[in-house]
Amino acid sequence: MSIDPSEDRSVSTLPEGLWTQPVPSVPVDLGDDPVQRQVVPASMRYDYSPGLATSRFLRGLAEKRILGERCPETGEVYVPPRGVSPVSGLRTTEQVEVGPKATITSFCVVHIGFGVNAPPTPFVSALFLPDGAAVSLYGTMGEIAHDEVRIGMRVEPVWVDDADLTTSMENIRYWRPIDEPDVPAEQLKGHM
Amino acid sequence: MAADEMDGADSSELLRAPLVIEYPFNRTTGPVVGAFVTALRNRTVLGIRDTSGRVVCPPVEYDPRTGAPLEELVEVGDAGEITSWSWVPEVREGQPLQTPHALALIRLDGADTSLLHVVDAPGPDSVATGARVRIRWADEPTGAITDIECFELDGGAS
Amino acid sequence: MRDVAIVSVAQSRHRRAATELNEVEMIQPVIRQALDQIGASIADIGFTCSGSSDYLAGQAFSFVMTLDAVGAWPPIMESHVEMDGAWALYEAWLKIQTGAADTALVYSYSKASPGDLPRVMSRMLDPYYVGPLWPDSVAYAGLQARAMLDAGAITERQMAEVAHRNREAARSNPHAQVVGSASVDELLAAPMLSDPLRVHDCPPISDGGVAVVLAAGDRARAWVDRPAWIRGIDHRIDGHQIGARDLTTAPSVAIAAQHAGVEGTFDVAEVHAPFTHQEQLVLDGLGLDDGVQLNPSGGALAANPMMAAGLIRLGEVATRILDGSVGRGVAHATAGHLLQQNLVCVLEGGD
Repeated sequence: MSIDPSEDRSVSTLPEGLWTQPVPSVPVDLGDDPVQRQVVPASMRYDYSPGLATSRFLRGLAEKRILGERCPETGEVYVPPRGVSPVSGLRTTEQVEVGPKATITSFCVVHIGFGVNAPPTPFVSALFLPDGAAVSLYGTMGEIAHDEVRIGMRVEPVWVDDADLTTSMENIRYWRPIDEPDVPAEQLKGHM
Repeated sequence: MAADEMDGADSSELLRAPLVIEYPFNRTTGPVVGAFVTALRNRTVLGIRDTSGRVVCPPVEYDPRTGAPLEELVEVGDAGEITSWSWVPEVREGQPLQTPHALALIRLDGADTSLLHVVDAPGPDSVATGARVRIRWADEPTGAITDIECFELDGGAS
Repeated sequence: MRDVAIVSVAQSRHRRAATELNEVEMIQPVIRQALDQIGASIADIGFTCSGSSDYLAGQAFSFVMTLDAVGAWPPIMESHVEMDGAWALYEAWLKIQTGAADTALVYSYSKASPGDLPRVMSRMLDPYYVGPLWPDSVAYAGLQARAMLDAGAITERQMAEVAHRNREAARSNPHAQVVGSASVDELLAAPMLSDPLRVHDCPPISDGGVAVVLAAGDRARAWVDRPAWIRGIDHRIDGHQIGARDLTTAPSVAIAAQHAGVEGTFDVAEVHAPFTHQEQLVLDGLGLDDGVQLNPSGGALAANPMMAAGLIRLGEVATRILDGSVGRGVAHATAGHLLQQNLVCVLEGGD
């Protein structure tokens, strides 16, 4: 088969014909319903552990506490902690309780939900910067109309019933507004 | 010196949880794989002739040596010989046979390369390189490599 | 071509399961040691490249998470390969050759312990013809061993001797996981694990990682007295369809060795042969003289953290050049099943 050399090709060095699909000359009758797709599911099981720092964080959530860890170089508190400061690359050893009050640093109005835990649409997903933390947690907003949410809004978490607390982010059902003045956007610089 | 590990002083706090990751792949087959698995559904095996005249089975879209597109699909046999094998004493989820079996490369009659599949055999002593094997077809073919349920030793276990 | 050297090497104490650590907690001390022991900080590093695979620990975006251990803010120049770290080193070496960087941090790691590694490994195989059969990686390797045994290319005793020599050598390796070996006769008396492979023919499953620092020319000389210069490096790949390959040879090793400049005398060779029968295949491809010290670390039979065991081979040779105990060495790394992809690197001391 021939290729027009003046034709623009995404990768010019490939051998001639590489982008073409052969049309096999089939000697046997494949019928009028050839297999064009295959569903090939792959399922793997793991015995997952999140490591020490994230375990401490998740155990804190079971007590309705949000535990970050402090960078030994910059003093900033990261949450959820992974055991290492993402800015300095150094181990974090000091646990620091942050929040539970927080500030919205960004949000998105979701009109098409997917996943088993998605709330009814439209809903607001947002990043919540807990007081005392350098980075935000992801979650959803409740108890407010979607078109009233704004950056800088002050919020607090709404926890599941005490009997339902586990070592999971699902302990926070959603976040809701509180009666405090908005934080000016310039104060959120570097945390958005 | 080994890099110092983070100490596990608080390892009693460690959490663990089962995690299942599933990839629901839905793949397109293309004309060559598509022809091969369609033929399997009809209980026929296809190879493809490469530029040197060898019959490659299972068939590939392009010559493994030159990259040239291949087009001449040819039918090969439903029996052949084992060219290498190993024993699988402990069966894992998803494998074609749920009893201990041989994993094997099988050169089907009329092919010049070998196909990977499994051989139903009572034990490793009954399997040998060069042994003749024949396809046992799945009862309900779907158009997949697993339409070959497994291979059986020709004439039963030796 | 720019002169590029390995100037620092660090690795973890490899073990069966680093259960209490997540991947960033596991690799952070290794990265810190590689930087600290030459007095470097991330600000001295022009390019960072890592090797890992999300499938092993079931950790989505594992490499993004472990970048925290580098200190990647403000943003750094960074890349990643879903291959053994030896290929990450190759990318970093190329980056330095282009002049885009003078220094590089390369690291790779895996935590295979949370999953069933022999089963997880089947996911890198052809998804149409092979993947649906879920062959485990040990039985898969057994096909290659059987082909060699049938062809008279190796014997079961020779395979046991490979296991014995490597694991005895590992006695002096502080990072090793499997140290010391029963006698060859005792090994041969053991039952088959996956006929024709016995337990001693197989690598351990390991959690661990490795980090190295690369530097060009005077930057390397300023950091260390005896840089381990990369005199040649090349990698090649064999076809993926094992039924169309001659499993008793590994042509990609020989071609990579030729292009990496493997000729003359070497003091030490570190080869990445996870299964005993594969060592002979690699040595056939490298074509080394007798007298070379082979796998003083114990190789992948002593510790086999996926994605790291190949880069560790380069690190083991470089460490011996850096400390002055050898002058010239060759390192080999493999990726994929049955020695499918092979990288060869010639390392040398001197100015």
